[in-house]
Amino acid sequence: MTSINLILINWNYIVVILLMMAGLYIIISNQNFIKKLVGLSIFQSSVFIFYISLGKVSGGTAPILTGNDETLYSNPLPHVLILTAIVVGVATNALGLALVVRIQEAFHSIEENKLLALKKFSEQEDRQL
Amino acid sequence: MSDLQVILCISLVIPLVSALGVLVFAKYPNIRDICGPIGGIISFIAAVKIASSIIQGDIVSISLWQIAPGISFSFNVTPLGAIFGLVASGLWILASIYTVGYMRGSGEKNQTRFAFYYAVAIHAAMAIAYSGNLLMLFIYYEILTFSTYPLVTHSQTEAAKNAGRLYMGILVSTSLLLFLPAVLWVWTISGTLDFRQGGILPSDFPVIYVPFLLAMFAFGIGKAALMPIHRWLPAAMVAPTPVSALLHAVAVVKAGVFSILTVTVYIFGIDFLNASGGAIWLAWVAAFTILASSIIAISKNDLKARLAYSTISQLSYIVLGASLATAAAVEGAALHIVMHATAKITLFFCAGAIYVNAHVKNISDLDGLGPKLPWVFIAFFLASLSIIGIPPMGGSWSKFLLMAGAVDAAMPAMLLVLAVSSLLNVYYLLEPVLRAFFKSVKKDIHVEKHVLTIIPPVITAAISLVLFFAVDWIMPLTNLMVVQ
Amino acid sequence: MPVFDNIPALLVVLPLIASAIVSLLPSARVAWILTFVVTLLCLFMAFELVDIVSNTSSFSYAFGGWEPPWGIVFVVDGANVYLVLLVAFISVVSTFYAYTILAAEIAVEDLPKAYSVWLLAIASLFGLSMTGDAFNLFVFLEISALSSITLIALGAGQDRRALLAAYNYLIIGAIGATFYVIGVGYLYAATGTLNLTDIVDRLNELGTNQAAITGLAFMLAGIMVKAGVFPVHIWLPAAYSFAPSAVSSLLAAVATKVAIYYFARLLFGIFADITLLVEFFLLYILMPVSIIGIFFGTIAAIYQTDLKRLFALSSIAQIGYITLAFSLNSHSGISAGFIHIINHALIKGSIFMAIGIFAFGIGKRATMTSMQGVGRQMPITFAGFVVAGLALVGMPLTAGFISKLYLFKALFETNNGILVAIIAFSSVLSVLYLWKIFEVMWLKEPTKPLKIEKEPIMAYLPVWMMVAVIVVFGVYSNDIVMSGIGAANALIGAN
Repeated sequence: MTSINLILINWNYIVVILLMMAGLYIIISNQNFIKKLVGLSIFQSSVFIFYISLGKVSGGTAPILTGNDETLYSNPLPHVLILTAIVVGVATNALGLALVVRIQEAFHSIEENKLLALKKFSEQEDRQL
Repeated sequence: MSDLQVILCISLVIPLVSALGVLVFAKYPNIRDICGPIGGIISFIAAVKIASSIIQGDIVSISLWQIAPGISFSFNVTPLGAIFGLVASGLWILASIYTVGYMRGSGEKNQTRFAFYYAVAIHAAMAIAYSGNLLMLFIYYEILTFSTYPLVTHSQTEAAKNAGRLYMGILVSTSLLLFLPAVLWVWTISGTLDFRQGGILPSDFPVIYVPFLLAMFAFGIGKAALMPIHRWLPAAMVAPTPVSALLHAVAVVKAGVFSILTVTVYIFGIDFLNASGGAIWLAWVAAFTILASSIIAISKNDLKARLAYSTISQLSYIVLGASLATAAAVEGAALHIVMHATAKITLFFCAGAIYVNAHVKNISDLDGLGPKLPWVFIAFFLASLSIIGIPPMGGSWSKFLLMAGAVDAAMPAMLLVLAVSSLLNVYYLLEPVLRAFFKSVKKDIHVEKHVLTIIPPVITAAISLVLFFAVDWIMPLTNLMVVQ
Repeated sequence: MPVFDNIPALLVVLPLIASAIVSLLPSARVAWILTFVVTLLCLFMAFELVDIVSNTSSFSYAFGGWEPPWGIVFVVDGANVYLVLLVAFISVVSTFYAYTILAAEIAVEDLPKAYSVWLLAIASLFGLSMTGDAFNLFVFLEISALSSITLIALGAGQDRRALLAAYNYLIIGAIGATFYVIGVGYLYAATGTLNLTDIVDRLNELGTNQAAITGLAFMLAGIMVKAGVFPVHIWLPAAYSFAPSAVSSLLAAVATKVAIYYFARLLFGIFADITLLVEFFLLYILMPVSIIGIFFGTIAAIYQTDLKRLFALSSIAQIGYITLAFSLNSHSGISAGFIHIINHALIKGSIFMAIGIFAFGIGKRATMTSMQGVGRQMPITFAGFVVAGLALVGMPLTAGFISKLYLFKALFETNNGILVAIIAFSSVLSVLYLWKIFEVMWLKEPTKPLKIEKEPIMAYLPVWMMVAVIVVFGVYSNDIVMSGIGAANALIGAN
């Protein structure tokens, strides 16, 4: 019984860990550049969940002033931080995708193994320069 | 600024002014070529004044700004420094005259660049002589390495570039790997790097570390050509002879042994070394170098190569004196700086004169050349006697003092080493002279006579002779080195 | 003057606003002028800041009047005031340099946008060096990363591999920044505050707290990625070698240094009381990693043929020296680290600038084959390059010698004599690759007749400005030594 209790109490952390590892694994193992960006987004959203779940106060409601002095609010600061982080994540994603478009134009491929082969080829060109 | 400080500045700055003059007057060869001798005369006069002030007990120093806690950018003349300053500036006069004769006689290119870096190198040597602390000495030691590189690779041939690579490689790596860490080690434990009679190491410095620290200095100061850090010297002989003469017989190598001697006398302190016995191993390494390089010298047919190995051997005389760490040995080492410099520069001048005037490099081709270049070979003979250590040449005094020092240090084996070395010197130094005068000419060699290449060696040979009688001019300085 | 009260904010806001304006400008020349004027203003303000901090020892600026620990603060004290000055100086010099060299490598119509992102990068560097709030640092970290990525990708005009380098940096940099955020999350969970000084107080009350320790570990990991510490330096060589030359010199000079400064502040200023962990990390992780990084960087550089990549690897080695100095966990070590931060910024900045001029001269990438004999054709730049190279090795009369002096002093004082030998050996190794370059550029004849553009004065003047500062610091070294000691005092108190 206590082990299920343990899992339920720490459910948010378990989800965070699962998402984080999934995201990292996708980044490392996937060859396609766009899929790597997806993995990065998953990795970053695991952190968002981490923060927000940390900020939850039991019995607390959304941190928006209701005018009632008695209401218990969840901690608003993590929400604010995560809003910032989400925006940063969006910007990173946008930039990454823009880069992928340019890479496709320049190299005609967005698969990592093909690009590594191409890179080695151009390094040999350099040495003969 | 007091008068003495002004004179100190003059002696340091004049070589730089001379270098500038060379650049400015590059298009007027005659004016350009007079910059060196004039600079030499002025700085020699300054060096003499400084030396006489030191003998009277004055302090000659300038401190400019602080580099690090306990270390300032300063100059301070020690008695040993005064000696080296005299040697460097005095012989510069003659070397610059000789250079003119040599370069014009052999039609060398890029004479302006050569003269420029020559003067800068002399400035570095003077700054080493008058450096105020061990870090200043290190700084100018490195500057000397860099300013002599263009001189070594002057002819820009593949051989010269390879020699330059070896030269820089050995000197820079030993100085960065061993010399600098040793300097910093001393700084960390003593809080200062100033030169002091009796040394600056704290009294609780563990005795077992002394050989290590000394080794870092002895092998880190690659310019002293202690084996196995000697390979750069024969390689640098590819340079024109004026370079070999002044720099590798006088300035560069003397800066090396001067540094080792300064470190033993003013950083470790003679008594400390004696008491700890941490320098005995160095005496044996020096002894080995003395004998090994003499033997190698015998096998060399190229005259400059033979003189190069002779230089390595003679430098280790000075290192031997430093490591024996007795008053007589140290004084003998300091005196040998003077004696060897004058004698060796003569020998190199002669080698260069033979090359320029008769186009002969090898000893086996010297047969019968004596009557054609009599003054050159007489000078060679006298200088050889000085190196062998026979009166009435100056070198006999330094050899005598070194032997006395060996006895004082209770290392009679060194007497044997010095004696055997003298015998070897006899063989490899007199062979050229004997060939020149007593063998008959093998093939007819056309000889031109460039006077400016013949007069300097005669003068320096005469100086070697005069020094025998005038050694009392220098002894006050060496005495000051060992007085408590 | 009221303006002077707001300098920390202005240093960030001014370039930010200018960045927006510059992106809209049609003319590249006007864009450059505006950029240059803004950087000059920032330099002037940075000098004022140095003045203020030398009088009051610490300048805390609360944004919007919200007092800490609820508001975000910028804190400038002895540890980072000279860093701010360094960033300002390097940005002025790089912008001046960019006038010719950046224009040569990027299409004219893209230049206003390039300068806009350039200003963004500078604004983020100022923010990184001054902020006193943990999460605010993440924001500036990301701004810096995104602008750097864009700037690096601009090198695609010359070599398309810049795009791959930028993408790599994006992925690795984002992972690092996210690790940092995880760390901040743990720290917030443990202490309930994001303000760095407040965190110190709260940690004091908590004692040894597992969450705080985990937080520290993640934060350090994230910062190490940005700082280019071995082994999370992987993005660095490609990024520096394919970026446009002006960008390489700006980034190589200051981007990693700001991260290292924050690294030091975390270790010695914030988490100093978790002594056991900090000592363990410094002695058993940072010190070995630094030494390996030093040798890896130096040895890999010896085998490189591409000059920019060579010096990027050399940067990794130099960052290793700085982290080694920090890992000694002593006052002298921290001083030595900060001294080298400033010196290395100047040295690497000038080296990359010089390489940019050489590449501009021959119109191709600078490699061992293409650079043969180029030194003789571009002697002024080459002379500056040689002096900077001598400083890199640590020759006397250059700032690099002062760094080495104090590093060795710190090593001796902490009884690490063996390390002195190891570090001296690595100096000798670095002489090897510098010697190779010297030989190729000066002693060799070009393989085919060279068509060389004349060295643009607006390009070699910045190189010589930095080289002059290097030599001045090498000779009159008191100021730079005092700055290092001041930084150590600000972090751990006087010795």
